[in-house]
Amino acid sequence: MAQSGVATGARRNGNVAASDEAISNRKPAPSLLSRVMRGVAEQAQRRIPRADLDERDPDFIRERLPLMWLLASLWYRGEVRGLGNIPDSGPVLLVGNHSGGNMTPDTIVFTLAFNTYFGVERAFYQLAHNLVLSMPALGSLRKFGTVAASPANATKALETGAALLVYPGGDYEVHRPSWQRNRIDFDRRKGFIRLALEQDVPIVPVVSIGGQETALFLTRGERLAHLLALDRLFRLKVLPISLALPWGINVGDMLGHLPLPAKITIETLPAIDLRAEFGPEPDLDEVYDHLIRLMQETLDALAAERRLPVLG
Amino acid sequence: MRVAARVIVSAPPEAVWSVISDPERMLSFMSGVTRWEVAGDHPIGLGARYRMLFRVGSAEVGGLIEIVEFHAPRDMAWTSVTGLDQRGRWRLRTAGEGRTRVELRLAYGVAGAGLTGWIAERIAAPVVSGHLRRSLQQLKRLVEHEQMRERAAVRRAARAG
Repeated sequence: MAQSGVATGARRNGNVAASDEAISNRKPAPSLLSRVMRGVAEQAQRRIPRADLDERDPDFIRERLPLMWLLASLWYRGEVRGLGNIPDSGPVLLVGNHSGGNMTPDTIVFTLAFNTYFGVERAFYQLAHNLVLSMPALGSLRKFGTVAASPANATKALETGAALLVYPGGDYEVHRPSWQRNRIDFDRRKGFIRLALEQDVPIVPVVSIGGQETALFLTRGERLAHLLALDRLFRLKVLPISLALPWGINVGDMLGHLPLPAKITIETLPAIDLRAEFGPEPDLDEVYDHLIRLMQETLDALAAERRLPVLG
Repeated sequence: MRVAARVIVSAPPEAVWSVISDPERMLSFMSGVTRWEVAGDHPIGLGARYRMLFRVGSAEVGGLIEIVEFHAPRDMAWTSVTGLDQRGRWRLRTAGEGRTRVELRLAYGVAGAGLTGWIAERIAAPVVSGHLRRSLQQLKRLVEHEQMRERAAVRRAARAG
């Protein structure tokens, strides 16, 4: 479930239009392969559900919490600290680092923790990559409150007073190589800061460790993705390659994989009121650097606690 | 799933009751409990509501509960309003002079969760019942300590007088 940043949606959508035009100018008679790819891309686009916040279904979530609890407790031995740092009510932007390829164990552990701590009655949405939501098997994610990553959806969710979880690093960060597992990497995406300022909501950093140990992630495959035009067609900047169960070599991670039972630890940091801390007109770069430093320090501390990979 | 724990406390029921009915003292002896707050303006008695959480596995579960039975110093029962479905009871009975048998019962589950709910309840049971046993041991220690100090205070006063 590679989730995506906010601002990149608009930027990349812009790119899609521009590059489509460029392609049609250059290639008047597209090859069969590119026609098929286009067709698949259009199908995928069509499947992306309209953001309907009403699709979140508290009863559905509640009935699935035991399954999530079993997964989080037995498989991942999840531990979530500092949930009390999240304001008890009102809109809040939860900003997390993202790990574990498309299986994203950190999201499972955190969603469970949030829903049991605050109750399923508190509206809680998560932004996800378009492709994730268009997969037929993952339709039920919408009932969990997962909506396609776009500035409009994010704004709408916060306007209703909900808590919103974003992973600015998105597909870029989630597929980073395993040797960069203890590194926060948002790819300089700052849309989430703009969003927090526009909506005047606090940011709560959510730092997790362990996800990148659920498989051996080798490369993001950015060049491969570019060569295959996946970036233009599907908003996919990466075509990751990893060693994962049960596939062995796993290219793309589109069918997911069996994650290793790595221990997941998540730490929620105190809420940051951007204007109180950075003045009435905060500088985006300053806020970004501050947040990254804060999250990186926390991740380093969490990494120092770990004795062994996977076992934690 | 229903779990229970029992303990004999060397103190009269009233002394135990004063501790278990006071929401401010819950965190001092309840094992696994991470939050116990009064919700609303009615802190003790029938209809009092608390927001409580306790840690089981990788989640803090609980929610809003309401006291539905309050007979001092014998029975206090609660039921969940939101969150985890639960029904709990403190049962205090005299067990000879100056002794009280304390029983803490808890029935919990997630209605409608089907097979995974059934499995999760059973896997959580040893953890939950461990928390109950430990809570009662801590309660016993707390109440008996207070009794001891009260008696010592009486002796001191007698000596001084």
